[in-house]
Amino acid sequence: MKTNKSIGRIILYILLIAASILMLIPFYWMVISSLKLNKDVFSIPMKWIPDAFHFENYQIIWKKLPLLDFFKNTTKLTVITTIIQLFTSCFAAYGFAKMKFAGRNLIFLIYVTTIAVPWQVYMVPQFTMMSRFGLTNSHLGLILLQSFSAFGVFLIRQFYISIPEELCEAARIDGLSEYGIFAKIVFPLGKSAMATLVIFTFVNVWNDFMGPLIYLDSTNLKTIQLGIRMFISQYGADYAWVMAASVCSLIPVVIIFIFCQRYFVEGVAASGIKG
Amino acid sequence: MTSKQKRKIKNNLVGYSFILPNLIGYTIFIFLPVCFSLILSVMEWDGSRNPMVFVGLENFKRLINDSTFRISFINTLKYAVFTVPITVVASLLLAVLLNKKIKGIAVFRTSFFFPYIASLVAVGAVWNMLFQPEYGPINNLLRAIGIANPPRWVVSTKWAMMAVIIVSIWKFMGYYMIVYLAALQGISPALYEAASIDGANGWRKLRYITIPLLTPTTFFVMMMLTIQCFKVFDLIYVMTGGGPGRSTNVLVNFIYNSAFVKFDFGYASAAAIVLFVIVLVVTLIQFKGEKKFVKYM
Repeated sequence: MKTNKSIGRIILYILLIAASILMLIPFYWMVISSLKLNKDVFSIPMKWIPDAFHFENYQIIWKKLPLLDFFKNTTKLTVITTIIQLFTSCFAAYGFAKMKFAGRNLIFLIYVTTIAVPWQVYMVPQFTMMSRFGLTNSHLGLILLQSFSAFGVFLIRQFYISIPEELCEAARIDGLSEYGIFAKIVFPLGKSAMATLVIFTFVNVWNDFMGPLIYLDSTNLKTIQLGIRMFISQYGADYAWVMAASVCSLIPVVIIFIFCQRYFVEGVAASGIKG
Repeated sequence: MTSKQKRKIKNNLVGYSFILPNLIGYTIFIFLPVCFSLILSVMEWDGSRNPMVFVGLENFKRLINDSTFRISFINTLKYAVFTVPITVVASLLLAVLLNKKIKGIAVFRTSFFFPYIASLVAVGAVWNMLFQPEYGPINNLLRAIGIANPPRWVVSTKWAMMAVIIVSIWKFMGYYMIVYLAALQGISPALYEAASIDGANGWRKLRYITIPLLTPTTFFVMMMLTIQCFKVFDLIYVMTGGGPGRSTNVLVNFIYNSAFVKFDFGYASAAAIVLFVIVLVVTLIQFKGEKKFVKYM
C-alpha cells in the first residue's frame, strides 16, 4: 500500500514537471535566444545552452529604437490610470455599498450591465468621440478611456458589502461623517481588494496593445508593446534583438507577479467562484 | 421642510458625491460610446467632418453579402470551437493534478499561470519563432520524430489558425486552472474518503465525484472562454495579421479594418453590433444556466 502511494506520487511529480516545462519553454527560448548572435538563433543543430552569452544585445537594442521613451510612456500611462481607477472606484464603491440615495440601484444596474459589453463593441464610436474632443494621439485620451471601468467599482463594492454595517453605524453614532467613515474605517479595510484591482489594472494597461495601436500615432508617444512591434517590423531578421526587447518588456510584469502572486490568484478565484 | 426631509436630501447629496467622480468619467467614456455604437450602426460615416447619413439596416445587409465578413465570422467560430473545449479539459486536468498536498505546489502553479500575464506581443513574437517552418524548434522536433513535411504553421493558410489556437490554449489554461482550483477547494474531502472506503480508484473518483460536482464551474468557464474567443484580436494581429490571405481574419480584425483602415465607421459599428449580440446571447445562456444549477445543486 505504501509503495503504491509513493509510486503515485512520483508519477504525479513527473506529470507536473513535464507540464511546467511545456508551459515555460517559450520563455526559456526567448531568454537564450536573446543572448545569442542574431545569426545563431536558428542554428542547426539547435543549442539549448548557448556557447557564449552575448549580453551586449541588451545594450544594442536601446540604441536601435527609443525603447527607453517607450518604457517611460508605458510607465506613465500605467501609473496614472491605476491611481485614478483605484481612487474613483473605491469612492464610488462606498457610495454603492454603504449609502442610500435615490437612483442608487438603477445606476449600479447600468454599471453591472456594461461590464458584459466588450470594449471591442464600442471602441469605434468611442474613438470618433475622442477624436472630436481632440484626445486621440495623446496620453490623456488613453488614460481617460481606461480609468473608469465598471469592473473596478464592482470588485471593490463586493468587498465593501462584506464589511459589517454595525461598524459604520457605530462610527456614525460617534459623530463621524460619511467621508470620515470612508477614510478612517472602510478604505483601510479594503487593502486586499485594492491590491487585486491595482495589480489587474497595472498588468492590463502595461500589456494593452489594441488601445495604443488605435490611439497613438506619433513615435514619441508610443508604448512598449507598440515598440516591440516596431522592432519586429524594422529588425525582423535580427531575432536575438527582438527577443532581448521582448524580455525587457516582460520584466516589470514578472516582478509584480512574483511579489503579488497571492492577489492574482485571489482575483481570478473571486471572478470564478460565483459560477 | 422638516428636518427629516433635510437629512434625506443631505444624505442623497453625500451619496452622489461619492459616486460622482467615477460616474462622470464612466458616463462620458463608456456609457455614451456604448449607446452611440447602436446609433452609428445604422449610419454611413467616414469619421470626418462630413455629416452622418441615416441608412437604416443597409450596413447589416451589406455585412450578409460581404464575403470577408462571412469568412471572419466562420474563422472566429472555428477558433472558438477548438479553443474552448481543449482549454476546458486542459485546465481541469491541471487543477486536479495541482489539488494535492505536495511540496513545490506554488512553483508549479506559478509556471502554469505565468503565460496568462505575459504580454501578447512578446508571446506572439516568440511563438512565431518557435513555429518558424524551416528552422524553428517545433518543426525540427517534428522532423526528428519522423514527420518529413511538417506543417508550415503561420505562413500556411491551412495551419495558421491551428498555430493561433495552440498559443491561445497555452495562454488561457493557467487562468481557468485557478478558477477550477478555487472550485475544487469547495468539494468536501469526506466524499473522497467515502469513495476510497468503497474501493474507488483515482479515475473513478474523478469521473463520479470531481467532474459532476464541477459542472457549474465548467459551464461558467465555457461561457467565459467563448466570450474571450469572440473578442480575440491582439494575438492574431501579432502572429499572422489575419493572414495568410484571409485565413485567420476574425471578427475584431474585421471591425478594426473597417474602421481604422477603411474609415467606414458605420459599417464597422454594424459588425460590432453583431459581436455584441453574440456576447449577449452567451451571457443570457449563462444567466439561465446559473439559475438552473442553483436549483439542482
